[in-house]
Amino acid sequence: MPGKIKKQFLASIGRDNPVFVQVLGICSTLAVTNVLENTVVMCLGLIFATACSSFTVSLLRRQIPGSIRMMVETLIIAAYVIIVDLVIQATLPTISRQLGPYVGLIITNCIVMGRAEAYALNNPPLPSLIDGVAAGVGYSYILMIIAFFRELTGSATIWGHAVPGFSSWWVNWSIMVMAPGAFFALAGLIWIIKTYIVTDETGGK
Amino acid sequence: MEAFTGLTAIFFAAIFTNNILLTNYLGMCSFLGVSREVKTSIGLGAAVVFTMAFTSALNWLVYYYVLIPMHLGHFRFIVFIIVIAAFVQVVEMIIERVSEPLYNALGIFLPLITVNCAILGVCLFMLIRDYTFAESFIYGFGSGIGWMLAILAMAGIRQNMKRSKVPKGLEGPGITLIIAGIMALAFMGFSGMINI
Repeated sequence: MPGKIKKQFLASIGRDNPVFVQVLGICSTLAVTNVLENTVVMCLGLIFATACSSFTVSLLRRQIPGSIRMMVETLIIAAYVIIVDLVIQATLPTISRQLGPYVGLIITNCIVMGRAEAYALNNPPLPSLIDGVAAGVGYSYILMIIAFFRELTGSATIWGHAVPGFSSWWVNWSIMVMAPGAFFALAGLIWIIKTYIVTDETGGK
Repeated sequence: MEAFTGLTAIFFAAIFTNNILLTNYLGMCSFLGVSREVKTSIGLGAAVVFTMAFTSALNWLVYYYVLIPMHLGHFRFIVFIIVIAAFVQVVEMIIERVSEPLYNALGIFLPLITVNCAILGVCLFMLIRDYTFAESFIYGFGSGIGWMLAILAMAGIRQNMKRSKVPKGLEGPGITLIIAGIMALAFMGFSGMINI
């Protein structure tokens, strides 16, 4: 079993990574990658939602009628996203205001739905839970890399703090914290990864 | 008159300065997936404009007349998703009965729209900005047009790029994202014209 878990994680982080192989689910989260702190909160919420909804869908997989399964999956996901939203509102009110509608938009994030549809419907609950966490982590670390560089180059800070020996002379690339920066950063990362790390063209669509 | 200028401002702001796709990154999945050809983009774009305008109005009514009086505001995510899915389903059935050519043009795109994050995004933005009913409708309509504009421009560019040589690692999504970034830069030129 531990070997299998490791394999699932490695696959999500590398070859099957949802972000750069399929470019799925970037909508709701690209918007929050201009500050690292918001991204981490958002990613934790996403991992929680993916893992729990995969687990629940898998538990109910024999009861869900095939014809309305998408609707049922969406409702399960929405229920968990509401939990995430309420927790963030209660514990981190400032971040909740900055994130705005994007927490709610985890519902329509293709990755959550994709894992439920592709894996949880055909597998027992525990592996589905692990698969959900793995997909969430594989997605989150890409976004954290993007957020790290966007915040570093755009505001010369990390986690809201100045970086010693860097912030004093760095001229902020303000474009990086605005909308186009996210597109360029993601494109650049995909370019680097596809050229040097995952070179074979298999799962791409 | 004042109300009219307010609505016009929201309409144009939704298209240009606050383009739902290029400044809020919503609807990226179908934007990247369906923007290969102009013809399909028009179909999807039209379906988005239609759905966005009417679901934002519908969700406004549901939120302020059903959820708020019943103190169920926190369930808005679930309710909005259901309203959107139901609306799309009903529209699909009506179009199928009423007009076959229209159904053939839009039919395959309607189910795709239920999971388009831009639709839900518009509904959530209109709550955050405290829009009135008319403003919500106009905002939804404008955002739809803005989304359609972006996907059409992208499809046009991608059709002309078919023969261009792109670095291997950038093929597909990579280059599309770079184009989207440049488009977002161009749209930034509009910022400051209208504030909402």
